[in-house]
Amino acid sequence: MVVFEKPKSLSPVPFHYCPGCTHGIVHRLVAEAIDKLEIEGSTIGIAPVGCSVFAYNYFECDMIQAAHGRAPAVATGLKRTRPDSVVFTYQGDGDLAAIGTAETVHAATRGENITIIFINNAIYGMTGGQMAPTTLPGQITTTSPYGRDRKIQGNPIRICEMLSTLDGAAYVERVSVDSPKNIMRAKRSIEKAFRTQLDKKGFSLVEVLSTCPTNWGMSPVESLEWLRTNMIPYYPLGVFKDTTEE
Amino acid sequence: MSTKVLMKGNEAIAEAAIKSGCRYFFGYPITPQTEISEHLAKRMPKVGGLCLQAESEVAAINMVMGAAAGGSRVMTSSSSPGISLKSEGLSYIVGCDLPCVIVNVQRGGPGLGGIQPAQSDYYQATKAGGHGDMRIVVLAPASVQEMAALTAEAFDIADLYRTPVMILADGALGQMMEPVDFSVSSPRSLPEKDWAAKGHGGKRKKNIINSLYMDPADLERSVHRRFARYADIKDKETRFEEVMTEDADIVIVAYGITSRICKSALNMARSKGIKAGLVRPITLSPFPDAPLKKAAESAKHFLVAELNMGQMVDDVKIAIDCQRPVTFFGRTGGMMPSPEDILEKIEDIVKSL
Repeated sequence: MVVFEKPKSLSPVPFHYCPGCTHGIVHRLVAEAIDKLEIEGSTIGIAPVGCSVFAYNYFECDMIQAAHGRAPAVATGLKRTRPDSVVFTYQGDGDLAAIGTAETVHAATRGENITIIFINNAIYGMTGGQMAPTTLPGQITTTSPYGRDRKIQGNPIRICEMLSTLDGAAYVERVSVDSPKNIMRAKRSIEKAFRTQLDKKGFSLVEVLSTCPTNWGMSPVESLEWLRTNMIPYYPLGVFKDTTEE
Repeated sequence: MSTKVLMKGNEAIAEAAIKSGCRYFFGYPITPQTEISEHLAKRMPKVGGLCLQAESEVAAINMVMGAAAGGSRVMTSSSSPGISLKSEGLSYIVGCDLPCVIVNVQRGGPGLGGIQPAQSDYYQATKAGGHGDMRIVVLAPASVQEMAALTAEAFDIADLYRTPVMILADGALGQMMEPVDFSVSSPRSLPEKDWAAKGHGGKRKKNIINSLYMDPADLERSVHRRFARYADIKDKETRFEEVMTEDADIVIVAYGITSRICKSALNMARSKGIKAGLVRPITLSPFPDAPLKKAAESAKHFLVAELNMGQMVDDVKIAIDCQRPVTFFGRTGGMMPSPEDILEKIEDIVKSL
């Protein structure tokens, strides 16, 4: 009897991610949502630049690899020309909240009917642990070696809070994958984001608080604990905008 | 029945795009090309299309990438400073082998420069559209009629060879009004876009639109494949116009609006008994080497005229293997030469022959 299977829309290839990295969990949740909604054939995913750049190898739907930060613009062009398709982007914090902030904000305020899965692990992973726009005050990275000093490196950015002020945003939620309970909540949230798009309700974004054991310099278990005790207080979980019932 | 309409060059490009089946335009306002998006903002909704004003040129070119990746005919337009912003996206579009049309109605530069006509983006368009080993096809219209005709051609060339094609015009061509006949284009038969990312529908394996190769041997192969295609384009798509080159002692080389000024100068020279001719590159990339090489067999001197500091001169010298002297005359920053200025240059050359 099969009790646990790989989602059909997740490709049968090994991930390149580091041990303990939570990208694998989130990829799986996205694939589970695609499978449950039976939309693999009409879905196009857009991969970012960053650790998840190879996401185009991991999903069985059609995929596009975008320039750093530009995924929401690529998604806009695709969705506007193929309105019956399902378009999602998968982006990290550097991609979405630094170099691609303008594309993110304007896709949201236009109310583009796309879904963004936003991985916030407070660090640049691919390039080896530099400060991200979401790096916490005091957090040590290779480019904030003495800890992020608000007076020097400025403040982190809270994306969900900001986007929830925009009329075009239909569904904005922050979740975490630090515990089985939170993973189940993240699963429901990602599925709802896709459903928001299928119902043509507008822009949906799920921010997923994630870990980076390699560049945080911690074990996977310590990383999950660090996320709980440091990230969640700064980036509170919850639904920041939901107009899907209106 | 052909009917001619009086239109601005910018409007002719916009209307030709619609007539070529382009239903998607993503742009950002900048002088002197704004009439393109204004025309399309009016027209697109009436033909079931979309004209979307992006938050930036950067976003606009990436919207073009998304639309092109989905297999749709798509266009963007801008002017010089905006094209610089598009160069990142352009490089990715080349790396992904996506067809699209980009219009540059040039203004003077560098920097914010000015808003008057210039041809100072020749290098950028023909040599350095973006980072990496890349080329794009560059078409240089010289009339409002050609703005329309070359726009139609641009879409076909883009689809046939899976490459971005640039219409390189200038503020004068964009703003001037001339009669244009849209019935003259002859669409080609084009391959199915079976590579597009539009959802596999459970009927095929997934398509990936991507410019990333972690294995350098794979990346080199992809660049070689693309350059083989460029050679094919050079063979089949190179275009130019020759005027009185057969017996010419002096051959002027000029494109776009400058070629028209040169034609007037050419006629003035001929009426003075000077054997002048003109080669007008219509494709700036690929560059028409052959007619220049041929002209160099009998011509004694070449005169390159441009609205810049001499950006096409090297291409002319390469085309003729430096077998003949090449003189440059140009104005820049939005300044325009008169036919008399060109004639004076021709007469100077005559004295030196």
